[in-house]
Parts: sequence; C-alpha cells; structure tokens
Amino acid sequence: MSLDVREAGRAAATPARPRREITTAFVVSRIAVLAVTAAILLYAVPPLVAAESWTALALLCAAAAAVACLYLTRRFVPAKYLVPGTVFLLAFQVFPVAYTVTTAFTNFGDGHRGSKAEAVTAIEAGSVRQAPGSPEYGLTPALRGEELVFLLVDPKTKQVSLGTADGLTPLAGAELGLTGKVVAAPGLTVLKAPEAAARAADISAMAVPTDGGLIKANGLSRAVEGRATLTYDAACDCVRGDGGTWAADEEQGYFVNARGEHLAQGWQVNVGLDNFARALTDRTISGYFLGVLGWNVIFALASVLGTFALGMAVALALHHPRMRGTKVYRIAVILPYAMPSFAMLLVWRDLFNRDFGLVNQMLGAHVDWLGEPGTARLGVILVNLWLGFPYMFLVTTGALQAIPRELTEAAAIDGATPWRAFRRVTLPLLLVALTPLLISSFAFNFNNFNAIALTTEGGPFPAASPQVGSTDLLITYTFRLAFGAGGAQFGFAAAISVFIFTIVALISAVAFRRTRKQEEVYA
Amino acid sequence: MKLALRHVFVLAVCAFALFPILFVVSAAINPLGTLASTELLPTGASPANFANLFASDTYPFARWFFNSVFIALVSSFASLLLSMFAAYAFSRMRFAGRRAGLLALLLIQMFPQFLAIVTIFMIFTEVTELYPAFGFNTVWGLLLLYLGGALGVNTWLMKGFLDTVPKELDEAATVDGATHAQIFWRVIMPLVTPILAVTALLAFIGTMSEFLMANVFLRDPGSKTLAVGMYGMIAGDHRNANFGMFAAATLLTAVPTVGVFLWLQKYIVSGLTAGAVKG
Repeated sequence: MSLDVREAGRAAATPARPRREITTAFVVSRIAVLAVTAAILLYAVPPLVAAESWTALALLCAAAAAVACLYLTRRFVPAKYLVPGTVFLLAFQVFPVAYTVTTAFTNFGDGHRGSKAEAVTAIEAGSVRQAPGSPEYGLTPALRGEELVFLLVDPKTKQVSLGTADGLTPLAGAELGLTGKVVAAPGLTVLKAPEAAARAADISAMAVPTDGGLIKANGLSRAVEGRATLTYDAACDCVRGDGGTWAADEEQGYFVNARGEHLAQGWQVNVGLDNFARALTDRTISGYFLGVLGWNVIFALASVLGTFALGMAVALALHHPRMRGTKVYRIAVILPYAMPSFAMLLVWRDLFNRDFGLVNQMLGAHVDWLGEPGTARLGVILVNLWLGFPYMFLVTTGALQAIPRELTEAAAIDGATPWRAFRRVTLPLLLVALTPLLISSFAFNFNNFNAIALTTEGGPFPAASPQVGSTDLLITYTFRLAFGAGGAQFGFAAAISVFIFTIVALISAVAFRRTRKQEEVYA
Repeated sequence: MKLALRHVFVLAVCAFALFPILFVVSAAINPLGTLASTELLPTGASPANFANLFASDTYPFARWFFNSVFIALVSSFASLLLSMFAAYAFSRMRFAGRRAGLLALLLIQMFPQFLAIVTIFMIFTEVTELYPAFGFNTVWGLLLLYLGGALGVNTWLMKGFLDTVPKELDEAATVDGATHAQIFWRVIMPLVTPILAVTALLAFIGTMSEFLMANVFLRDPGSKTLAVGMYGMIAGDHRNANFGMFAAATLLTAVPTVGVFLWLQKYIVSGLTAGAVKG
C-alpha cells in the first residue's frame, strides 16, 4: 500500500545505478556537520569532566557519534530529517514529562525534598540547643599560621583551651587580660577586635567538635557548647531524644513516634499509587472532580468549535475573487491575535468589571459579570473566542489557498449550490488539513491555564466551598490544591497532571480514530 | 448583493475584534494614566504614558523589548526549520515507525510542557551549574526550551500541507536526478512558502506571549521578556496606577507582531498548487 511509484522505481534502479558522483555540496555539507558536532563536543565536554558526570559524558559522546555516522553516510534518509527536532523534543519535553510521571509515584514536596540522610542531618542540626550545665566560654579568635582557631576561657576555672576544627585541647602559657580575654598565647597570633570583625563570617562558620556536641561562636567574644537534642541511632533506625523515640517509617517517609506523630522533616519515598488513590478518595478533591471535568469539557469544546466556526466564516467570506478590501479586513481580524494575549486577558478582566468596566458602561448595566457563575462562564468563553478566532482564521486561510479553485468551480458548473459546494467539497478538504489542528486546539484549551488564571482565577467561589470555583478547569483547580496555601506537594500535583494527561489523550485518541480513514486517503 | 452581505458580516466581526484594542489605545493616551479614568473613546490625548514608560528605571522596557523580539525571531525560525524537516520525512518517505512517530507527536503535545515546570526547573538548575551560558537568566536556555516544544503542532500543520502538494512534482525531480536534499530545498520549500509564512507568524506570536516558563526562567530584570516584565508592572497595588503605562506597553508590544504579519502578507499568495499540476 505504502510503496509508491518513486520507491518502486528506486528499488528497481538502485542495484544497476553506478555510485553517484561526489558533488561540492555533498562535501561541504558533510564538513559542516562534522564541524558543528566537534564544536558542540569541545564546548560541552570539559564541564562534564570537571563535574565527573561520566554517565552524561558517555551519553553525549554516543549521541555525537550517532549523529556523525547518520550524516556522513548516504543511508537512513528519513532519520536525517527527523533527528534534529527529535533531539530537542526528547531533551526538553519527553524527558521532563517522563520525570514528572515518575514523580507522581513519590511524596516529593515540602517536607519530603531530599534523601533520608539529608533529613537526618536536618533534624539533628535543627534540634541543637545549648547543652544543659555547659559553660559559656569567653572567646578570643586567633590565627595558627593561616588557620583560624578559637581560644576558649572557662569562666569559672579560667582554664584556657585551644579549639580547632579537630577538637578541644587544653592550652598552657596563655596570658589573660583584665576582661578575661586572652592577650597573648605561644605560637599563635591573637586577633584584635577590628581584625576579628573582618573575619566575622569565618568565625560564625567555625565549629569545634566536642563529645556529643559542638562549640560555636555566639557573637565575637562568646562561645557556647550546643548539643543536638535529637540524634539518629542507626541500630534501631530511629531518632531518639527530647524524651521520645521516632521510628523511621519507610512508607510515609517520616520518623513517627508511638502516638503516630511525626517529625516535620521527612524524606522522599516511593508511595506507589497513594497519590492517585488520594485524588479519587479524598472528599475535598474528588467531590467536585466530575463537576469540574464537565465544565472543562464544555469550555474546551465551546472554545474550539466557536473559534473555528467564526474564523472559518471570516476566511470564507474573504475568500472570493471579487472581494475588495481583503487586506484591510485581514489586518483588522488578525489584530486580536497580534496583541499579547496575557496582557489582553488582564484587559478583558477590567472590561467586565462591575463598577467601572466598559461592558457595563456601554450597556448601562450594573452586572457583576465575573462574579456570577453563569455570566462568568459565558464571559471566559467569549474572551477565549476573541483570543482564538484569528488563529483559526489564519490557518483556514492557509488551507483554503491550498485547495484548487477548480474544484469549487467544477462543483458550481455541475449545478451545486454554494452551500452544497461548501459542505461536500470545501469543508471535507479543509478538515483533512485542519483536523489535527482542531484536536491540538482542544488539548490546548482543555489545559488553558492562562485564560482562567488571568481572568476569573477560577471564581466565583460558592460561600460553602472556597476550594473550587465555577470556572475552574482541572488544571487551575489542581494547581490551587497542590500549590496553594497547603504548601507544595509536587508528587500529588504530578499525579493530577497524569490524570489530566490521560483524559485528554483518551478524548483525542477517539477523535483521531474517527478521522483516521479520512487521513489515510492522503497518508 | 452577496458581496454586500460578506462585507456586513466581516465588518461586524471587525467591530468585535477591535473594540478591546480601541480601549487599550484609549488607556494608553489617557492623560491621567489610571484604569478608573479610562473610557472606550479617548477623552484626551497625551504621550505621558509612553514617556513614563521609557523614563522608568524600575521597568527597563527597551531591554525587554529587544529580548522578546530576539527570542521570538530566533525560536520561530529555528523551530520552523526543525518541524519542516520532520514534516518532509513524514509526508514524503515511508519508514518503520512512521505512523507511531506521528501519533507519538500528537500525544506528547497533549502533555503541556508547563505541567513539567518543576522538573524543568530542576533540570535547568543542573544546566546552570555546568553551562552558565545556557542556564537561568539567559535567552539561550529559554530558546532551547522553546525548541523542545516546537515539533508537535507545527509538524502536523506542515505535514498536512505537504500532503496537498502533488507528489508528481518530486517524482519528476527524482527522474531528473535530484537528491532528496535538492527536492526539499528546490522543489518543496518554494511551494510551501505561504504556509511557512503562516506558521512563522503563529510561532512568533506564540513566543512573544509565552509567560509561564519565561517567568520561571528569567528573574533578573535585565534578562526579562515583555510578558514577564509587563506582568510585574501591574501586579498588586500598581494595578490601577500603572494601567496607562501597561496599555502603552501593550500597544508597543503588538508592533513587532503586526509588523511581521504585514511583512509576511505578500508571501501568502493565492492559487498555489492550482497552477502546478494540470488535470
């Protein structure tokens, strides 16, 4: 079926045909490919070597080798045309999306950002308190060679100790001043106040380890010993201290005590289908799910059909040999599309404003357009129609120009009315070219975050449930649930994204299947 | 008579299309420069909003303008070429995985890139460390990201139109000894110039208005695009007071897109394939 004349001809001719001569263009294009590949390698390799990312380096080299092979040989012709775009598609769309999908099976988010070891470090560091009964040392910063050290004076015993990054050792022969600070010490350069102030950052970063604690500077002349009140015990895989024991729960990614309370800091774990189950069983989330989904489908359908109908009508009206002024009309109709859409969405919100909005001004009404569910829904569809129909006008104009005028002329000669000629000749041909675009447009509007977020922000909200508004799409709704006041829950947000993806993919697959026969005529 | 009806219809649509723009014009030349004082028809005219816009240090409008036009031009041309290559392969060649590839493109396109914004952010945090020239706050990093989303819709659009260009033309070229590259550059490309023009325009406008990813990517005031910068202009308390400046900026932002449209207008010629193949 797919073997066309050209391929059949080539298949028969190839064995007999002598090797094609090497042209200048052939040589130049090959040199260009090699040069670009080499340049990219030269730029990209050193940082990877420095960072010791051997996997990435191997991947890069393999890709470069594959590209060089691909473009130096005469074979794999389709791949030559597909690879450039595919590389970008894989790196910046497929990979992030796949990464997002895997995130949907984890609890990644606030409180669960890092690994378990990072969580333990954070818990221990967060629980450091001044050790009970420990002295508040007098601190004198000093230099041993170039190394910063602490000279610590016990306030009761006046015993001087040397604190370094390795630990605390008693120091003999130090000379104490009247204020209790060290004035001089053998082999050390004592820092005077201005010198110490200049090194304030180093001093506050310095920590002297002791048994079970750390001595840290408190200002420039005091130092205290702090102890972590919570410590991790690898033997029982738990955190002890503060009169409690929190055992690691690998399913939740938290340290949990006997009463079921957990420490604030957790770690990222695989939670399986929990996120998906929560979306379906959590009442606040699933309760309105169907309602939002229904409105979402209506919004997307109304947007696509409305913009297509209006855009095509204008394109057909202008597509007439004796039509005058088409240039001016075209510019006027295209203007909404040329305006920056995000700015115009914000402008439309003001047009609908109850108190000084232009719509009320012109109608002499006092309606809170975006404050009532019905008018708000009509409003956002109207705004989307305004934003979207010029695009449909443009693509329909392009498609109309690719349809030979002879076809409609022939239909007219055969006695078809203009309406019949449109229904039976023009529209089917338009749909062949535009159906994939209509499907994409549907998918786009199904997730048209800006159209809602910049106008109604999902509102108006019923007083009983501030969680979900009348114009909320699935995407704005879930963004609020996941990124709203409750904190970032990326794993859960990713799970909802997967739901949205599945719904759109299903609807589109059905639509695509229905048009497949049509498409195969040309494929 | 029928022509008159066409005119009436198109005029009505034009009125619908133009009235919000008229409002923006009115706001831009409104001497008071606030939202509350703006009406549909200008009540007075003054260039004060434009002057304020260019005098402002908080909002480096000229810099944003350059950034936006540069990103939009480069990314629309590059993505056009990439998807044109792919469309040529899908339309004219038969190979294993062709149908799967077309379907995959359609499916991938349905998962909006910005749903993956968290992971994109994490990926580019790495990239910024390794290659600062392609990281955050650079136009090149943002360009790479935009090219990633280029293949889906454009490829389908152009494949659709390549399918309507008669195959007899490249068969004739093949018989004359042309290579696949020569057919692509010498036969196909000139024939599809109108749709290339349309697609370039769509890509240009889409990139000029792209907000979400640019907002994550460009945090440094000097590297911002118009969309990101102007959003900040009327955020929060500035909404009413800066509306005149915002409207002026909106008008100036529309200038390059309208300009590109007028420039490409002549390429959108009618009767493209009608003359190429007779019978």
